[in-house]
Amino acid sequence: MADAITVPSAAGGTAERRSYLNESRGLWSWLYTVDHKRIGVMYLWAVLSMFFLGGVFALLVRLELLTPKRTIMSAEQYNRAFTLHGAIMIFLFIIPSIPAALGNFVLPLMLGAKDVAFPRLNLASWYVYVLGSVFAVTAMITGGVDTGWTFYTPYSTTSASSVTTMTLAAFILGFSSIFTGVNFIATTHKLRAPGLTWYRMPLFVWGMYATSIIQILATPVLGITLLLIVMERVFSVGIFDARLGGDPVLFQHFFWFYSHPAVYIMILPGMAIISEIIPVFSRKTIFGYKAIAWSSVAIAFISFLVWGHHMFVSGQSRLAGAIFSFLTFLVAIPSAIKVFNWLTTMYKGSIEFKAPMMYAVMFLMLFGIGGLTGLFLGALATDVHLHDTYFVVAHFHYVMMGSTTIAFLGGLHYWWPKIFGRMYNEKLATVGAALVFVGFNATFLPQFVLGFRGMPRRYYNYLDQFQPLHAFSTFGSWILGLGLAVAALALVTSLRKKPDAPANPWGGRTLEWEASSPPITHNFEITPVVTHGPYDFYPEREH
Amino acid sequence: MNTQAHAKHPTPRVYALVLLALLLLTAMTVSASGVDFGSPGVNVVIALLIASLKACLVALFFMHLRYDKPINAVIFSTGLVFLALFLIFCLIDFESREAVVPENLKTPGAVVAGGEAAAK
Amino acid sequence: MTPSTNTLDPHAHPHPTGLQHHFADMEQQADASKIGMWLFLVTEVLLFGGLFVGFALMQGRHHEAFLAAHHHLDRSLGILNTVVLLTSSWTMVMAVHSAQQGERKRLIVYLALTLVFACAFLGVKYLEYSHKFHEGLLPGKYYSHRGDTVPGQFMFFSFYFMMTGLHGLHIVAGMAAISWVLRRAMRGDFSGAYYTPVEIVGLYWHLVDMIWIYLFPLLYLIG
Repeated sequence: MADAITVPSAAGGTAERRSYLNESRGLWSWLYTVDHKRIGVMYLWAVLSMFFLGGVFALLVRLELLTPKRTIMSAEQYNRAFTLHGAIMIFLFIIPSIPAALGNFVLPLMLGAKDVAFPRLNLASWYVYVLGSVFAVTAMITGGVDTGWTFYTPYSTTSASSVTTMTLAAFILGFSSIFTGVNFIATTHKLRAPGLTWYRMPLFVWGMYATSIIQILATPVLGITLLLIVMERVFSVGIFDARLGGDPVLFQHFFWFYSHPAVYIMILPGMAIISEIIPVFSRKTIFGYKAIAWSSVAIAFISFLVWGHHMFVSGQSRLAGAIFSFLTFLVAIPSAIKVFNWLTTMYKGSIEFKAPMMYAVMFLMLFGIGGLTGLFLGALATDVHLHDTYFVVAHFHYVMMGSTTIAFLGGLHYWWPKIFGRMYNEKLATVGAALVFVGFNATFLPQFVLGFRGMPRRYYNYLDQFQPLHAFSTFGSWILGLGLAVAALALVTSLRKKPDAPANPWGGRTLEWEASSPPITHNFEITPVVTHGPYDFYPEREH
Repeated sequence: MNTQAHAKHPTPRVYALVLLALLLLTAMTVSASGVDFGSPGVNVVIALLIASLKACLVALFFMHLRYDKPINAVIFSTGLVFLALFLIFCLIDFESREAVVPENLKTPGAVVAGGEAAAK
Repeated sequence: MTPSTNTLDPHAHPHPTGLQHHFADMEQQADASKIGMWLFLVTEVLLFGGLFVGFALMQGRHHEAFLAAHHHLDRSLGILNTVVLLTSSWTMVMAVHSAQQGERKRLIVYLALTLVFACAFLGVKYLEYSHKFHEGLLPGKYYSHRGDTVPGQFMFFSFYFMMTGLHGLHIVAGMAAISWVLRRAMRGDFSGAYYTPVEIVGLYWHLVDMIWIYLFPLLYLIG
């Protein structure tokens, strides 16, 4: 077998580069791989498929809401449609997306490592993910679930829909999440290259580390919550059943103890990507490295103290509500610190407005809106009016889609040359990004207005006065769908080309750009030694 | 060849003493549970304290936390802290609600027989 | 003894027994494995912790029912199981010690003893469970015990079975892990330089013991 040939960094590609993609061939070489890069790619296709599936349900939901009464489905079908949209997007797409698809690929490279700490556990996490998605699809096929993705009792413990199958799906998927978190923390502690101190690590790694902390602490509580739903359904154990002396609000405590931190499992990786893109495309070192790094950790910990803000009107005590509301304001602080630092990084930088940077700037705007609207909801007094309205729906779509998914797309474009060795189509990517931005805002901005005008969420029918905004939102969803399709085209069409990407197309200073594009199987010919910071663009100036 | 370096290793004697301590503490907790301290809360506290002492012995000696690098103890303690936070916040809610005593609690059998779990 | 390599790694080449190719040395690998296991143990703490929290809150709401219900548990069997499990933790730590000292025969004996104690634990649980079944002291809607003066005792048994059941499943999983390590020990895979799997299986086993350390007083003594 020939030794791996390092790819010259000039553009213009070689005939067939040896890389992790072709160093072994055949389906089994992928299914039995322990290479974190291949596992990352397998995850990528899996989560993108789930994103598509969840997106189809979204379009169906929005289509139904085009008119106040029945448009294309019955009320029962509608309940299943929005439940499946939520469950698929949250458990099968957004939580694994950045960590498992991009993180798996990039994190060891950024650390100068050959792989993650536990490569076989990594492969296991992928198989567990696949098993969980099989259960989820089975639940869909056997009639779906109509409880909302939040599975509130008493409906979830008594509904005739495929609740048990779907909760088991989520339970299984939780293990996938935990395995990834375990791997990332151990890898970060033990597999950093010589010279790579904690404060020289890319901020992406800090973000993934903080995410992993949450995955480990929170996911098991979801696990036991889901098991308890099954126990209630099968045995009527009584813990959540008011008729038996149990407490349905206790279910919500259990559920949100995981699910609130879970939204930070979603946003922290998005923020982590933004921390990478902005300095590179501003050609300027990040402002406030330590503040951003520790803000990630702070967000991880504070996120565990606020879950009751989902329960202000559920029946928890007023004291608990007040405490949770106060603590909720705290989590805005590290988030704001990050936004200010990113903006300051851009200030007087040399901005290159390529697709990754477009997505990063979109993130700043959309996260600004999403984060600020979270404050309205965190304030107990206003939440009483906004809870369970479209204001909430708009808020979380701004943070989950407008922020995390946009960041995911930005990261996908940013690392696409590294992962596949090809430059995506910049023109198509630009069109895609623009359509996504316009479509996203057209879909969700009206929903804030719908919300504070009183439109409840999860409602199949609605008052006539809400129709214009609903219709506008539905049209927006079509533009958004189109934009995503164009973005997908920009990326996927590049795969037909011969590999043409240089090792470092963007001029980044983090270690993944020292590996070839795509990297060889063991990443680096010789273990790199780190002598500079991750955003040191002008080393002759800086020291 | 690199060996698995530890700062220090306990001897079998230490392990045997720890086991003895664990068994003694078990005996203590059993006998303490029989004593009436006036309020039942006291029994709970004592039982949990003794259990925690046993758990510490297992963690520090059997699980080597006393001899390992600190990161392992940090990881484990963090888990315990967050579990405590979960319990404390739930308790705050439960204890500060207006006391409503339910009057007509059912048994699970009656609830199930009433067809509540049947399909809609 | 063939050097054990990561057989899925196409770049396999001889190196210290058990050292995986992406680690620089045995110490780094051992440290990483321990960190990984401790992280996993934290997830177990939070998993069981949820049940403990539920138990605490429901017991607070229904303390008379829980108090009455717990008298149905056989205290002596609970004490016996506690002693059995604590001793199995000791045999486990002695197994790790033997591995660290390179004493292969002792390692095998102590691992086997740990398995024996684990079986004993499950045996006692089987006795307890059959007694409960016989008396109708079952979880939730299957509770059919007659003659209760205090109503609502079914919920205590809901928790009893969920908590000891989940714990029992973890004992079974632990036994599988110990058996795997025992098999490898008999094959001569371990030495004073490499015994990490024994150590991390040991950590798991001690946690299972620790959970019982809390289950026992809460279920059997306090109620």
